[in-house]
Amino acid sequence: MSSLDPRIRRAEPELWEIPLRSLEPLEHWQTYEVFVMRTRGSQAQHVGSLHAPDAEMALILAKEQFARRSQCVALWVVPTEAILWTNPEEEEIFLPATDKSYREPQGYLHTRERIERFKDRLKPLQSYD
Amino acid sequence: MIEVLEILILSLADDELFIGHRHAEWIGLGPILEEDIAFASIAQDETGHAQAYYQILTDLGLPTPDEYAFKREASAFRSAHLVELPNFEYDYGMALMRHFLYDAAEQVRLDALRKSAYEPLAGLAERLLREEKYHWLHARVWIQRLGRSTEEAHHRLQAALDQLFPYAWMLFEEMPHEEKMIEAGWVPPSAELRMRWLEKISPILMEANLAYSEPKADELQAFQGGRHGIRSPYFDSLYAEMTEVSASDPEAEW
Repeated sequence: MSSLDPRIRRAEPELWEIPLRSLEPLEHWQTYEVFVMRTRGSQAQHVGSLHAPDAEMALILAKEQFARRSQCVALWVVPTEAILWTNPEEEEIFLPATDKSYREPQGYLHTRERIERFKDRLKPLQSYD
Repeated sequence: MIEVLEILILSLADDELFIGHRHAEWIGLGPILEEDIAFASIAQDETGHAQAYYQILTDLGLPTPDEYAFKREASAFRSAHLVELPNFEYDYGMALMRHFLYDAAEQVRLDALRKSAYEPLAGLAERLLREEKYHWLHARVWIQRLGRSTEEAHHRLQAALDQLFPYAWMLFEEMPHEEKMIEAGWVPPSAELRMRWLEKISPILMEANLAYSEPKADELQAFQGGRHGIRSPYFDSLYAEMTEVSASDPEAEW
């Protein structure tokens, strides 16, 4: 199935094309990161990783590692090496240097009351119309 | 006619019971953790399928699944000898080849049973195919990959195929009173299913450069009789082990 969306590379169990990649003797299998989509349209969530000789086999093995107990409508696998991640040693890049609490939802907690208060202030003005 | 139905259902169920047990012997011994878990899971599925088949008979007032599984005379079993074979040297090539030959047969059998005139069987086949789709995928993809990998892998698969093929052939041994089952529309003839099975496995084996030759009738003496109650030489030790726990307390509730 072709799509402009690069995420869409679906495996159709009956029609999987098997890439001919041979492993060197004693070559370690690579690891794949596994994502489970629990309901249709929901976000796929990362659940863990596993070893597999290739992506298709990773899907096959992932089904029993990660989808045998809980609900699942689709599995994703991604070669671990395809993931670029930041170094937790540099976690400070995520820490704000100044107060950024206005970005947090509690900044909006009392919005309703503020609106009511503002309306109250307007009332005496409106009565002179 | 219920005796004929029992022969049919036990032939299906007993295969599942013993293949489930033999696969389960790999728990903790699989080649890698991921495969160990997947194969153990398949083993559980097969045992569950056996139970579901027995239940059809139980619902007709015949023995319970536990009675069928653990309290039967050897000669009352209907399994093909393929599923009774031990794991011998614990060669995973053998395990995968048996899994491949067996699950291809299951696919063919269940696909036919979906259209069975015996409704409980048709309904169950439809349900079991859900899990079987995965079993077949798992088996097929392994054979395709290993068949085209190293010389050692290929050699071991070929040796396994040579040893197992005549046994697998007898998964389609004609059952007693089969003509009555066919007449009732319960199943197609076993010989016909065998042809469909060959059509399913041969392109994959060919692609993996694995060869088999169809056994001649006079070569099958040692492999046949499973459906007629004749047990393989491996049955007694297998059944003694399987029933060890239940025999220790026959009245226990599980």
